[in-house]
Amino acid sequence: MREIGLAAAVREGMVQEMRADPSVIVLGEDVGKFGGAFHVTHDMLDEFGPDRVWDTPISEAGFTGLGIGAALTGLRPIVEYQYLDFIYCAMDQVVNQAAKIHLMSGGRAKTPLVLRGPQGATGRGAQHSQSVEGYFMHTPGMKVVVPATPYDAKGLIISAIRDDNPVLFVEHKLLYGAASPGGGKALSDSAIQAIGMDVPEAPYAIPLGVADVKRQGEDVTIIATLLMLHRALAVAEGLETEGVSVEVVDPRTLAPLDVETIAASVAKTNRVVVVSEDVSRAGVAAELVATINDHCFYDLEAPVQRVAAANTPIPFAPASERHVIPQVGDIRAAVLRALSD
Amino acid sequence: MNTATEILRGPVDCGGRDPALLRRMFRKMLEAREFEEQLYYLFLTTAMPGTMHQAVGQEAVAVGVVSALNADDTITSTHRGHAHCVAKDVPLNDMMAEMFAKREGSCRGMGGSMHLTDFDKGMLGAFAIVGAGIPIATGAALSAKVRGSGQVAVSFFGDGAVNEGIFHEALNMASLWNLPAIYIIENNQYALSMTVAESSALPDLAARASAYNMPGLRVDGNDALAVYDAARDAVERARKGDGPTLIEALTYRIRGHARFEAAGYRPAEEVEAWKAGDPIERFAAGMIAAGVAAEIELNQIRADAEKAVEDAIAYAESCTDVGADDYLAYITAEN
Ligand SMILES: Cc1ncc(C[n+]2csc(CCOP(=O)(O)OP(=O)(O)O)c2C)c(N)n1
Ligand SMILES: [Mg+2]
Repeated sequence: MREIGLAAAVREGMVQEMRADPSVIVLGEDVGKFGGAFHVTHDMLDEFGPDRVWDTPISEAGFTGLGIGAALTGLRPIVEYQYLDFIYCAMDQVVNQAAKIHLMSGGRAKTPLVLRGPQGATGRGAQHSQSVEGYFMHTPGMKVVVPATPYDAKGLIISAIRDDNPVLFVEHKLLYGAASPGGGKALSDSAIQAIGMDVPEAPYAIPLGVADVKRQGEDVTIIATLLMLHRALAVAEGLETEGVSVEVVDPRTLAPLDVETIAASVAKTNRVVVVSEDVSRAGVAAELVATINDHCFYDLEAPVQRVAAANTPIPFAPASERHVIPQVGDIRAAVLRALSD
Repeated sequence: MNTATEILRGPVDCGGRDPALLRRMFRKMLEAREFEEQLYYLFLTTAMPGTMHQAVGQEAVAVGVVSALNADDTITSTHRGHAHCVAKDVPLNDMMAEMFAKREGSCRGMGGSMHLTDFDKGMLGAFAIVGAGIPIATGAALSAKVRGSGQVAVSFFGDGAVNEGIFHEALNMASLWNLPAIYIIENNQYALSMTVAESSALPDLAARASAYNMPGLRVDGNDALAVYDAARDAVERARKGDGPTLIEALTYRIRGHARFEAAGYRPAEEVEAWKAGDPIERFAAGMIAAGVAAEIELNQIRADAEKAVEDAIAYAESCTDVGADDYLAYITAEN
């Protein structure tokens, strides 16, 4: 089978949905003529024309609101943020409007809207490096999708587009694949695994809320998403040679969260490490730890280990960025702690 | 200068100007240019961290405006901020050390190219969220008014930034309250791939000032003295308590949007035509034409600027790498 990168997989999913459903449109900065800052929407303007692919001004609050209005009235917009950091400019439209409209209308209004873009720390300083999913995982009414492989990305973007709710779809810059400007550096991150690159050409949907056990193991479970999933797999591979069997679970969506798959893994291994690039304090990992404690307390033989970004804006200096963001060594150390307790 | 597409060239009229001012402006533009030219080579040849956005071809805007300010006036900048910093006297050494992620950098290696800051020089910060500096400079103007300091606050931002809602919110308040603020639109014709006409319903950006009941004017942004004059008038108004001014400076981004971005969306002839209107060469020609300086003297200034940047690189290379956990000292301020 052919192998494609994550950017190409997201594009293919969008293109196929747009061919199948004329109500799907794309809005965002430089998404048309330029093909997207990370080339994710490459060639889409040519195929679908300016009524379907809208090059917006730099007006995040505005075009997010336009997306909501269009979603309420029959379209299924996909809104791209050039970096997900900039979704904060549209926070009111997302959190106060999109996420709340269904309830406020007593279920009469639906907002089939995908909000997507790249995130992750890649040496660009505090305003281009953040992991944003925690804010939206925190927001009732939102769904949050965090694909780590091209295969998952295609199946999940298709489900996100078909979903009748606002869905945040997170793409990690380092996972885009070498073809995109953000992905060039992916080659230099040795932990990134060449997994899930066999992507079927025919459209397929992966339901939101279904985790994937990316690696079977017996002794300890690592739960991780996005880039951290790859680092977790690298740790698991390393530990295998030392006789430790690590299971790696990829939730794939944070809201809804597949508690059942996570609980089954914990019931098997009794030891858990949760890894996230989001900050530690009140972050994604914190929520996962709490969920595991709620559901699996009597299966645990050791405290759940949390590995997450330090509670700081991301510093520019590469040495500091590496210190702040969980590295393979940090994850490995946490696994060993989980095993030693 | 009626349309944004009209390309501006010809010598800058330097007649009747203070020669010391002219030399200083020329030197500053050269330093800004050389700083970014060298950065480009450094990104190509060494392990330069992060990214950067060059303002090559736009130096007359930064230098023209800042030359009309006092040292204690304040500015905010953007992702494309090196020239603003050079103009505002942020030491080249500190800027270069920041680029190299060194402890001696202007932001201790925590900010990088897109967040250069120097409070000793009234440089309140570079904000890489498009438009974010506009209300922040407005707040500095409000503060100056409340404190009665007589300071003026300038916000530099791009043609793309005027379409962030925050531009509207900030300019309205500034005018409503007669704040000593000056808004400089660096109209370099593009916001990444998007032309002004593709993103603004009214491509005459200065005309937006009328919506806020403040003066709005358009200047040749590749003529440092035209920019200077417009800024000087705006500063005078602001200091007198007559409120803010919006200035649209027409210029051109000679390079790609960032680091190695190829800018394939621009016609080659357009780029070439604007190169012929280079603000530094127009200024040099003007100084010679007005008899202010001879070629040989200008060449010396060029050499001095190059040397200053070369020294800054050598200095930066000799500085201390940021420690992995240096950031712990900067997360929240000590009371
Ligand atoms: C809120 C926000 N949206 C998008 C971006 C990505 N971005 C960075 S610079 C830029 C273009 C800015 O154009 P303009 O304001 O004209 O400034 P120029 O780059 O031309 O100096 C874009 C879209 C950003 N940094 N912040
Ligand atoms: Mg611009």
